[in-house]
Amino acid sequence: MSVPGSDRYAGGELDGFLIGERIHSGAMGYIYRVDGRDSAFPMIMKVPRIGPGESGEGLIGYETEAMVLPALSGPHVPRFVAMGNLAKTPYLVTEWVDGESLEQVIKRGPLAPDDVASIGAAISDAVHSLHLQDAVHLDLKPDNVIIKADGDVVLIDFGLAYHAHFPDLLAEEHRFAAGSAPYISPEQVLGTRSDPRSDIFALGAMLYEMTTGELPFGVPSTMAGLRDRLWLDPVPPRVRAPAVPPWLQEIILRCLEPDADDRYQSAALVAFDLRNPGQVAITARAAKSTQAGVVEQTRRWWRSRARHPAPRRLPKSQVSATPVVMVAVDTANPDDQRQPALQRTTAQVLSLSSEFRLICVSVIRRSVVAEGPGSESASGAYLDHLVRLRHWVEPLQLPLRRLSLHVLESANPENALLEFARRNNVDLIILGAPHPAQRGLAWWRSVASGVTANAHCSVHVVRVPASLN
Amino acid sequence: MDGSALIIALLSDVHANIEALSACLKHAREAGVGRYAFLGDLVGYGADPQAVIDTVACYAAKGAVVIKGNHDEAVEKTPRYMNDSVRAVINWTRDSLSDEGKDFLASLPLCVREQDFCFVHASAAAPERWDYIDSAAAARRCIDAAQVTYTFCGHVHDQELYFQGAGGKTMAFRPVPGTPVPIGRHRRWLAIVGSVGQPRDNNPAAAYAQFDTDRERITFRRVAYDHVAAARKIRDAGLPLSIAYRVEKGI
Repeated sequence: MSVPGSDRYAGGELDGFLIGERIHSGAMGYIYRVDGRDSAFPMIMKVPRIGPGESGEGLIGYETEAMVLPALSGPHVPRFVAMGNLAKTPYLVTEWVDGESLEQVIKRGPLAPDDVASIGAAISDAVHSLHLQDAVHLDLKPDNVIIKADGDVVLIDFGLAYHAHFPDLLAEEHRFAAGSAPYISPEQVLGTRSDPRSDIFALGAMLYEMTTGELPFGVPSTMAGLRDRLWLDPVPPRVRAPAVPPWLQEIILRCLEPDADDRYQSAALVAFDLRNPGQVAITARAAKSTQAGVVEQTRRWWRSRARHPAPRRLPKSQVSATPVVMVAVDTANPDDQRQPALQRTTAQVLSLSSEFRLICVSVIRRSVVAEGPGSESASGAYLDHLVRLRHWVEPLQLPLRRLSLHVLESANPENALLEFARRNNVDLIILGAPHPAQRGLAWWRSVASGVTANAHCSVHVVRVPASLN
Repeated sequence: MDGSALIIALLSDVHANIEALSACLKHAREAGVGRYAFLGDLVGYGADPQAVIDTVACYAAKGAVVIKGNHDEAVEKTPRYMNDSVRAVINWTRDSLSDEGKDFLASLPLCVREQDFCFVHASAAAPERWDYIDSAAAARRCIDAAQVTYTFCGHVHDQELYFQGAGGKTMAFRPVPGTPVPIGRHRRWLAIVGSVGQPRDNNPAAAYAQFDTDRERITFRRVAYDHVAAARKIRDAGLPLSIAYRVEKGI
């Protein structure tokens, strides 16, 4: 295929890149495989459509991506390599991410709830990582989600993205900033481009599609059709696929709430619920079997007419305002005098934000659990510690939806805590310091220092003043 | 413009604050700045007009762009629009400056155009009117009048970057200090660089900007300096207390 004036790059060399096969040709531009510059990983080159007869949309998308992508880092975005001068030879070279797109996965049909949960959690991790960098993707759809062989997710195509550190070329430009009709959030329809919770809506639309094989709002082609989602709620997933468990419907419909304030406030919380179905706070959403009635729809329609001012907060502070806090509780020593201090500190930390998730964790040694017959069964020990954990957190009087309890079994408590914290996007770990005089807690001692040294996030070590001991 | 000078420091509204100016110049030197532009209001408000003029005159002798601001003009003849406390400072400034210092201020141009740059204190639309660029519409008028890729202004004390969006509309962006922002030559840009000597956004740190001409990136900067000392000098000079308070609090 040849498009006039478009394929001037193929087969050539540009700034040290050897340009190979063209692998994509779309409305926005072209993508080639490239080699060269002794790159340690495979690369692609994106070239925008420019010239007479082009809409300019490709160029704006290119310019936006060229501004945002170099500022992003981490395993969930393609690595940026180089870009050309926009006025002379516009191109963008990035890592080629090897994997399967979510689109390919969905084409094979609806997924089992467990698979929806594991893939969905991996996508949520990637989205959260983006939000922590003060960026919002705004065009999340199965085509733009690449699942690597190890299960990690990489998000691609930042042509519509928003980054709080850069001028937003697409602000106030509805005709360019349309996004993808099936996945776009209600506030995006109204022109808001800086709310990370828009990505959570798109995430919900993808979870819905993975679960049911259908799109929650179809594929509207008009502005009026797009606006429907401001007051219409989707057919509940369980109606389309009766085998969908209540916890999954709860998660999906909460992501798809028309009002961003009613959704999950951070993607980390979505990931957490997807990984811990037993801990999902079930509401009326989980049991819904019909769409809202005419009266409710009219009420929402009325409300939607004057709504969605652009958020004032940066994406990162929006996400940071909803921290995931993990407290490590030594349930083997419930009467230890450090326990009240740990409770006090936890209460103080939580009082700093109205939106949070508290994860209470106790690690019990696998060897203890496996002590065998005669003493107590493994599940008996597990339950015993879970009860103690619940007892520990009781004085804090937290609503259930903010709380989850976990007893981990491991021969290596330090690694168990670190791994659990990392996997659940924990923002802060609170745990007790060992005291030199406390011989009874020998294993915990090394844990506090090891966790502090190796955690991916902040660690708050609680110590009881020596005079009180 | 010197071809080897890749980074330009853009400093405006020093307002006779030598502590703030020295801190910014040191910061710029350490960042590898090769060229300087002072966008007006060297004097007014602060207690060190002569020291600031002497410093800037040295840079001017080495090729720096220096623009006249409304406070600099007021030293020649006090305008009607200024309020009592500003008028008091201007009179004090006139009395404390050397003749050379006053001549230097009087000799400054209102606007300088060089290649694809325009340097001006208030607005390129009518520099002598001292209009504030406080809206996208005002920014648009300035950009249209400047007729160049990059316009750099002061006068408004808060840092702001105006740009043309995808649809051609002029929009405002509040920059994040320390983050280089790509501003390519294919668009027109207007940067309000902030005030060195009297920031007013509840942050007393001095403000200026650096433009990397080669990589086409602008970085807005905030530099902490001894603003308490600058405020004390204003009080000690017998200037209005409200001005010292503003410098202290950054308001």
